[in-house]
Amino acid sequence: MDLSMLWYLVPSVIMLVCGIYGFMTRKNLIAILISLELMLNSADLNFVIFNRYLYPGSMEGMIFTLFAIALAAAETAIAIAIIINIYRAVGNTDINEVKQMRF
Amino acid sequence: MTYSQFGHMIPEMIILGIFIVVFLFDTFSNEKGKKLLTPLTTILFGLGTIAIWVTPASGEAVFGGMYVNDTATNAIKAILNIGVFIVLLQAAKWVNSDDAIVRKGEFYELLLVTVFGMYLMVSARHFLIFIIGLESASLPLAALVAFNKSKYESNEAAIKYIMTAVFSSAILLVGLSFIYAFSGGSLYFDDLAVTISQGQMSGLLIVALAFMIAGIGFKLSLVPFHLWTADVYQGAPTAVTSFLSVVSKGAAAFAFFVIFTQCFGAVYSDAWEWMMYGVIILTITVGNLFAIRQKNMKRFMAFSSISQAGYIMLGVMAGETLGLSALMFYVFVYVVSNLGAFLVINTIEEQSGYLSMDDYNGLHKTNPWLAFTMTLAMFSLAGIPPFAGFFSKILIFTSVTSTNSWALYMLVLVALINTIISLYYYLLVVKAMWISSDEPKVAALKTFRCEKVGLWLCVAGIVFFGLVPYIYQYCYDAVVNSIKVLDVIVP
Repeated sequence: MDLSMLWYLVPSVIMLVCGIYGFMTRKNLIAILISLELMLNSADLNFVIFNRYLYPGSMEGMIFTLFAIALAAAETAIAIAIIINIYRAVGNTDINEVKQMRF
Repeated sequence: MTYSQFGHMIPEMIILGIFIVVFLFDTFSNEKGKKLLTPLTTILFGLGTIAIWVTPASGEAVFGGMYVNDTATNAIKAILNIGVFIVLLQAAKWVNSDDAIVRKGEFYELLLVTVFGMYLMVSARHFLIFIIGLESASLPLAALVAFNKSKYESNEAAIKYIMTAVFSSAILLVGLSFIYAFSGGSLYFDDLAVTISQGQMSGLLIVALAFMIAGIGFKLSLVPFHLWTADVYQGAPTAVTSFLSVVSKGAAAFAFFVIFTQCFGAVYSDAWEWMMYGVIILTITVGNLFAIRQKNMKRFMAFSSISQAGYIMLGVMAGETLGLSALMFYVFVYVVSNLGAFLVINTIEEQSGYLSMDDYNGLHKTNPWLAFTMTLAMFSLAGIPPFAGFFSKILIFTSVTSTNSWALYMLVLVALINTIISLYYYLLVVKAMWISSDEPKVAALKTFRCEKVGLWLCVAGIVFFGLVPYIYQYCYDAVVNSIKVLDVIVP
């Protein structure tokens, strides 16, 4: 069966929307980080799909994805480190505990 | 690939060289040698700043055209370097305090990597280099914001910063993937400008443009994307706050200009200019209105810097040579004025712990020189005539009105009205320091050598940048002589 580009783009859009929804509604810092990862992965998926279907002759999208994965890993590492700091400071990773500075 | 290509990246190589020296020194020196780390970094960076000012930019495209250092990018790097140098002077006392001294090497290393990323972002002519630069500018900053590990506020600020930064870069990447779909398989700025101008108007590309504005707008804290700013500025160590508000903003503004005029200028300028129109009006107005009700000085400066970012973005609306040179001049003046204010805030906070505007009541009785510098900085930020801020505002307004469109005249009118509003809250600080009859809370403080040098640099900049025509001429010449930045391809 020959799948068109659309069939690959739909999961990517679903991932993006799930990521944004999760980022806005989740209360746990780790869950928010997972949502962010979903968004980043959806962008990576887009790059790969467009490269494969639209410009099969070049590799620019694939290379971009490799770099984007590395950057996402670095982002996660720093975010986790900061979450550990938060855990040491307040005892859990609930975002309702980190809202002292407001307005 | 030949290694001689690195010879064209002089500013980056200088920063990288300083980073390696500092890193090796920090790793291998003993306890006694570590005392020399602060003077070593500051002096090396000062020398590097001078070197970037005097070396001419080659203007040659290297790495297949991914990177260009022409006169304009070299000039903005030289300007930002002065900002970083003043931040280093400001931080010298704080990194040697008991709380931070064990980690002071890391502070310098992270700061230098951030600066390296920013310069890469400014010089990028390919979206891959741009994204790498953007990320290596924003990730170490998150670690810097969390630098005061023992303080709760620092951690809260860091988590807010990293989450919004990753969210914005994810949005930016998604927008970029849409652009890639239309790019003809190449993400070079030049190729994109050609392929986009030959293709048809497309709704998806306009969505992608909105995503790009959102992604870079987070960095610049333009208004719908500004919510992290005040919290992060308040929680971060003051030296990091001043770095965030000045250097990071200047680099992002320049990169924003390059991307939007070079890639999307020819065809989509109608689309993004209207988006930016709304964003700028919101940024200036909301920033001003929220600044009025702030009592904490760092939050106050946060909202003031949001509205200043709106003024900087006026240069993007103007476009062309005048717009870019006015933008660079505005950034230069903003560097000295804002850092002048932050130096005073930092000195008072470090030694007395006071951070609220009420604590500044009657400051002139105990610390006349600090009050004087703060007053100059506030006058310059508000745009009162003899000081530099007035000239930078005039230049950016004239660059916008030179395009002769009614919509842009209205934009300048809104900006002018907001300048008057901003006068009110900037003068609140001046009033607290000079007119308030309360007994001064802050005792007479002793400024240290580094801070004195920084304060003098800022005062000299505020007083002379507007009056010495060479400074604006330098920005203008740099833009005119650069080949690549304004090379908009017309179909």
